[in-house]
Amino acid sequence: MSMPPVIQTEEIATARHPMAEAWEMFRGNHAAMVALVVLTLIMIIAAIGPYVYPTDPFDMVWAPFSPPGVDGFILGTDYLGRDLMAAIIHGARVSIVIGLAAAFMSVFIGVTVGALAGFYRGWVEELLMRVTEFFQVLPTLLFSMVIVALFGASLPMITFAIGIVSWTAVARITRSEFLRIRELEYVTASRASGATNAKLMFQIILPNALPPIIVQAALMVGSAILFEAGLSFLGLTDPNVVSWGQVIGSNRQYILDASYTVTVPGIAIFVTVLAISLVGDGLNDALNPKLRQR
Amino acid sequence: MNYNIDNKPLLDVQSLTVRFTVKRGGFFSEAKHLYAVDDISFQIKRGETLAIVGESGSGKTTAALAVAQLVKAYKGRVDLDGTDFLTLKDEALRLARSKMQFIFQDPYSSLNPRVRAEKIVREPLDNLGAVRDEERQAIVDKLFEAVGLHPEQQRLFPHQFSGGQRQRIGIARALATQPDLIICDEPVSALDVAVQAQILNLLRKLQADFGLTFLFISHDLGVVQHMCDSIAVMYMGKIVEYADRLSLFNNPLHPYTKALLSAVPTVDKKRRAETKRILIPGDPPDPLDLPKGCRFANRCPVAQDRCKSEQPILRELKSGHKVACHLVDENEVSPL
Amino acid sequence: MIQPLLKVQNLRIELTTRDGIAPVIDDLSFDLGAGESISFVGESGCGKSMTALGIMGLLPEKIGRIASGSINFNGEELTTVSQKRLRAIRGNDISMIFQEPMTSLNPVYTVGEQIAEVLRAHQGLSKAAAWNSAIELLDAVRIPNAKRRVSDYPFQMSGGQRQRVMIAMALACKPKILIADEPTTALDVTVQAQIFDLLNDLKRQTGTAIILITHDMGAVAEMAERMIVMYAGRGAEQGPVDQIIDHPRHPYTKGLISCVPHIVADLTNERNDLTEVAGIVPPLREFGQDRCLFASRCSMVSQQCLDKRPPEMKFEAGQSSACWHAEAV
Repeated sequence: MSMPPVIQTEEIATARHPMAEAWEMFRGNHAAMVALVVLTLIMIIAAIGPYVYPTDPFDMVWAPFSPPGVDGFILGTDYLGRDLMAAIIHGARVSIVIGLAAAFMSVFIGVTVGALAGFYRGWVEELLMRVTEFFQVLPTLLFSMVIVALFGASLPMITFAIGIVSWTAVARITRSEFLRIRELEYVTASRASGATNAKLMFQIILPNALPPIIVQAALMVGSAILFEAGLSFLGLTDPNVVSWGQVIGSNRQYILDASYTVTVPGIAIFVTVLAISLVGDGLNDALNPKLRQR
Repeated sequence: MNYNIDNKPLLDVQSLTVRFTVKRGGFFSEAKHLYAVDDISFQIKRGETLAIVGESGSGKTTAALAVAQLVKAYKGRVDLDGTDFLTLKDEALRLARSKMQFIFQDPYSSLNPRVRAEKIVREPLDNLGAVRDEERQAIVDKLFEAVGLHPEQQRLFPHQFSGGQRQRIGIARALATQPDLIICDEPVSALDVAVQAQILNLLRKLQADFGLTFLFISHDLGVVQHMCDSIAVMYMGKIVEYADRLSLFNNPLHPYTKALLSAVPTVDKKRRAETKRILIPGDPPDPLDLPKGCRFANRCPVAQDRCKSEQPILRELKSGHKVACHLVDENEVSPL
Repeated sequence: MIQPLLKVQNLRIELTTRDGIAPVIDDLSFDLGAGESISFVGESGCGKSMTALGIMGLLPEKIGRIASGSINFNGEELTTVSQKRLRAIRGNDISMIFQEPMTSLNPVYTVGEQIAEVLRAHQGLSKAAAWNSAIELLDAVRIPNAKRRVSDYPFQMSGGQRQRVMIAMALACKPKILIADEPTTALDVTVQAQIFDLLNDLKRQTGTAIILITHDMGAVAEMAERMIVMYAGRGAEQGPVDQIIDHPRHPYTKGLISCVPHIVADLTNERNDLTEVAGIVPPLREFGQDRCLFASRCSMVSQQCLDKRPPEMKFEAGQSSACWHAEAV
């Protein structure tokens, strides 16, 4: 077999992974980088904070309504004389765990439903999208309240309640990405070279559909934290576990007399959610190949 | 490789029809169908190239996709080396794909952006598992060399290649399973002219070296003239003329073919002096509302009443030249 | 000698890129007479479109600028006139049509409204007069049933018809120069033939000079009187079309002509390999270097080509080539 000589007048690029480029793009986004640092700090606090600051957030350690900075309590005490600093540090764990778990759950359901609908089309799509629409039109807060009220306010049930009402956005995004990508020639090319449906769905289309899903998932963590806060505020929460929303909820009657008891956990939620959405925004830019080419 | 002694064609396509449902039928309305490919038949001998040419909307790409079962055919037979491709289902079809491979038009969208070049080329081997795992890398090495790429480029991602290099990767992928037939869907139309020549030469060289058979889809008559042994001209889902290379280019019979050829700009002075440009006015008919007669009749400069009422069939003339026009007689003179 | 309509001298256009400033047009000179047709040929990334945008004063803002040289239109220096004057020239004297007729028209207005808008803005016609002119223009670009089609929306027209509407808009103010940037690349070949025929007729009737930008040597041969072959921002070869096709004096021109399989009279069974121009156009960061930029793809390359940028060599009938080996080609 005679081979043509290798013609090499074009220069050879060096191998670089697309993810490396995305990271470079992300690093150039200052707001997102700051947010990432803040988010990392919050994560560290959630992970090791309780060991460093072991005060039990349910212990009455001092007189009620001691304002921040007074008597050695950095963030003050609440109406029962419990240390707010301890509540913030210990509560971070619950808020973030619920945020992550609920987001994970909704991504899992959403991607599965969206992928099947977008890939198989036809009656599968019709059926799954009708189901999606059903969940979409439910009043979300009310529906999760019903679940928690019926099955009890344990952490797993709260997570489930948040996850089950928030997967529809992921399903829609996944489906529309699948619809777009399945028509691209490289998918047809894989089909023409004998790829199975499972391979097409999960190894070829899904990795290419991930960027917007990742962004949505990041934002979902933020909204799940807010959701948890909302449920806690209404008292639908596990009374034995402290979370930021629960602190707001239990102090809500004193909002005029001791506004800091509500403001402090409010700021914690605000900063965390803002950081998450800024990181999500940065991810969106970094993972968008159209922006990356510039 | 088995050789055909009886000169049977490698690919025999009979009455291939593809229809798309534009509007589903209901209680009050009839279903609407678009016949993108309407009852076409053609054959390719082993080692030869058949080109399907036509303008946008002619159905040439749909025909190619239907041959490879990448869109579903409504009816017809696609016989590749004795197997009817259209009757194959699921797993049997998946495995049979090793015999028929595809080269795509757009080198930018036909390669998965998240996969390294070596894995793209190896994918058919991985999918079909015909070769032992250890041997696959050696095959990939050979393929890279055969299409003129550097071994170091195997580790790169698609966006790190130029358009021409990407198309080389696409060609290597198509060769991986040693297919009997390679369908090339406008393989050079997205490339710069100088790069087109590189790819066309490569395809011809590979054809000579490996005895490849090509079904070549193109709108560029210059490229077709250079690449193929015979040509089928499509218009609105039908083959209007089908002949070998020399008869088609030197003696086009169908008025549409004639107009099409005359419209191609060329640097050849002699041809420019000899060929009068035939302008065909107007636009093709609505594919959802096709005329009863010849589909070209509304733009044809020599159309007669019969053309508007009766659809011409593709018939073979004495020389073997096939044409679907009422006005061509046995003397093989174009009416235009 | 009469003053040419457009005289471009030593034009240099710079583009700011990530790797620094690159001269996308590097020392380009050419003349265009009234009613003449000239064609720019080359691969993508050679600066054909950039020349057109430079003349139109439409270089990408903040990124591109005319660094030196002159563009003289009818005695006026376009590189120094005010933005306002440039806008007036752009509508009235020089107009342009683009490759993509699908996206150059606004989908929410009828074609008639869009043509009439041009007329009212640049010629101050009344609403009714502009509408009537729009119908006349559509008729002139051979849209059948112009009176009715004038109130169609762009999506109701085929690609070829949309390109005609673009031409009608470009011709609305009877420009002296029409720049056509790959006007038929997105169209079928039979439609391309109609558009070329139309452009040729309009040129004959109105005396508009045409600058055709294309990559297709065949189109050049049919449409233009003179051509400029562009490579990596520089003029590689210039001269009368027939003469260059018969005897190119630059290896790149030669490559461009012979790398395309053309349809010829009396086809034979003999088929040779196409002439390859190996490699691709160099990246922008190499533009402007003091050497022949084509050298890396050239079969005639010598040391001289790598050391110094080739000067323009003149041949008879205005043919010129920027190649050290022009005599030998």
